[in-house]
Amino acid sequence: MNDDQPIISVRGLKNSFGDQPVHEGLDLDVRRGEIIGVVGGSGTGKSVLMRSIIGLQQPDEGEIHVFGQPMLTADDKCLQSVRKRWGIMFQGAALFSTLTVAENVQVPLREFYPRLSEKLLNEIAAFKIVMVGLPTNAGPKYPAELSGGMKKRAGISRALAMDPELLFLDEPTAGLDPIGAAAFDELIVELRDQLGLTVFIITHDLDTLYTICDRVAVLADRKVIAVGTIPELMALDHPWIQEYFRGPRGRAAEEAVEAAEAEAHPAPDAKSGNGKA
Amino acid sequence: MSSLPGVRNTSYVAAMSSVARFTEGTEAGRRVLRFEGDLTLSRLGVLPAKLDRLKGSGFLIDLSQVGRMDTIGAWIVHRTVRDRGGEVAGASPGIARLLSRIGEVDEPVKVRPDPPSPFVRVLGQLGEATIEAGRTFTGLVAFLGGMLIAISRLIREPRRFRINAVVQRFEVVGVHAFAIIGLMSFLVGIVIAQQGAVQLRQFGAEVFTVNLIGRSSIKELGLLMTAIMVAGRSGSSFAAQLGSMKLAEEVDAMRTIGVSPMEALVLPRVLATVMMMPLLGFYAALVSVVGGAVFCWVGLDIPPVTFVQRIREVVPITDLWQLLIKAPFFGLIIAMAGCFQGMQVESSAEEVGLRTTTAVVQGIFLVIVLDAFFAVFFTEVGWL
Repeated sequence: MNDDQPIISVRGLKNSFGDQPVHEGLDLDVRRGEIIGVVGGSGTGKSVLMRSIIGLQQPDEGEIHVFGQPMLTADDKCLQSVRKRWGIMFQGAALFSTLTVAENVQVPLREFYPRLSEKLLNEIAAFKIVMVGLPTNAGPKYPAELSGGMKKRAGISRALAMDPELLFLDEPTAGLDPIGAAAFDELIVELRDQLGLTVFIITHDLDTLYTICDRVAVLADRKVIAVGTIPELMALDHPWIQEYFRGPRGRAAEEAVEAAEAEAHPAPDAKSGNGKA
Repeated sequence: MSSLPGVRNTSYVAAMSSVARFTEGTEAGRRVLRFEGDLTLSRLGVLPAKLDRLKGSGFLIDLSQVGRMDTIGAWIVHRTVRDRGGEVAGASPGIARLLSRIGEVDEPVKVRPDPPSPFVRVLGQLGEATIEAGRTFTGLVAFLGGMLIAISRLIREPRRFRINAVVQRFEVVGVHAFAIIGLMSFLVGIVIAQQGAVQLRQFGAEVFTVNLIGRSSIKELGLLMTAIMVAGRSGSSFAAQLGSMKLAEEVDAMRTIGVSPMEALVLPRVLATVMMMPLLGFYAALVSVVGGAVFCWVGLDIPPVTFVQRIREVVPITDLWQLLIKAPFFGLIIAMAGCFQGMQVESSAEEVGLRTTTAVVQGIFLVIVLDAFFAVFFTEVGWL
């Protein structure tokens, strides 16, 4: 598989609950190494899209390729090899409540690499936990003892246990306070830069969209109506997009980003030194 | 192996070439560990184990032949440097960054909480169980008190009585339980008759099977089996309903609106169960006797007319009074245990399940304890 090929490719996806269609003819490509944000009003099927891609929801029609593998027709062995290469954090973190945080991180490793020694497993769990910014005393704690923000970090730590190439995050900053949410955004960018991840984020958080997403996919009218950077999206005159990004919250987030950039790069020439061309 | 087609051979070699491995040697008086291939989780294989078996320290670690590296590969290199001393050479900028990042996050983290000593643990569990039992008991008494206060307020302001809610519970607790309780009682009646007949036949006293069926069904078993069934059906559902309402903050919302959860949720359920239990118990006793009658007719050739006549002779009316007196109390206990446990739910969905189980166990246990007290009491007053 070469690098230009999209890491996720969805074609003609159709999902419906009863006779209520959720998706119809939905297309989406996710490129390697990008952070893509998926937005849409309530009930537009953002989570259903993610569940279809990761194989938890059987679509009525359509084709889904992840790492070039056809997800809907692949056999179990092939699916397992794909599962080795992705990590998923669910909205409520979905930590196993009977295991400690460290044991949660070890679950995928034990499942796929039963030959790893206990010592190495413990060491891996330890550095993964520290890596996502959890305090060291969080390792032996049970999920019920953690705050919402810590649960999310633990969830991402489990998702990263096997150094996946692709990370799915379902509303990672929902329910976090603004400081915690900003820290989480930073963490995602940091992990992407260090580990070369591709990140698929479902979010409602405009700050997240502005600060970390390379591209944003907008779900409306049962399909992806537009994919692009935020300036590109704002140039479109779809009413929902305009309302979403031009609304009071959208403007506030935009201004915050502009202010931060102005502070970091006082003169326009300084931007060329940024390195990200 | 030579019979393998060439294509497969080459792919085998290609796959091998990226498997992580290391060579050890001495160069310029220094021990050198040279890693090769991809130091990634899926390519590690037996490398960590081999590395553990390696003796010595102060290596020069050469990473110039390494292809890709992930955090786990980086950890293994970092750990070797940390534990055995030495230095890394030939790392590409990306790998060097990853290694330094891994170095930053190397902090001791426990995987499991420290287990307490068995003695302390057993003592702790004993103490916790005692405290929990005491708390449950006082909680139940307080709950009963709260209910009585709610009832007294209802008596002063009858308008607040939620008759619709109570009637709705009649249906759920009573009417919907008819089929299953009837079937159960019928079978219990047959079993008592059959087992009793086998034993009594040895003394030539087969005809006393009728006494056995009539008295045990009406005095004890009909009601007891009903209580167990109602605890399983309704006590558990009360706990689960109220528990999930508590979780969803519905109960809190009610309080802030000024609706008393005691009046709106608990009383209708408890009242309905208290009023349904005598009916269900009586019905169960009756069906159980019918079950016995059927067995007597088919198995012992005692015709129904004779059976009914015998029943009227041997079963005193006090047996029925006992059933009808005990039933409301059993209903009260079952519904109270269910509602009380449901209202105790605080944090998690897991707790709802636990509390539901506890409600059933507690309900049945208390019913049987109370039944023992009643048995002694009725014997003392001469209702044999």
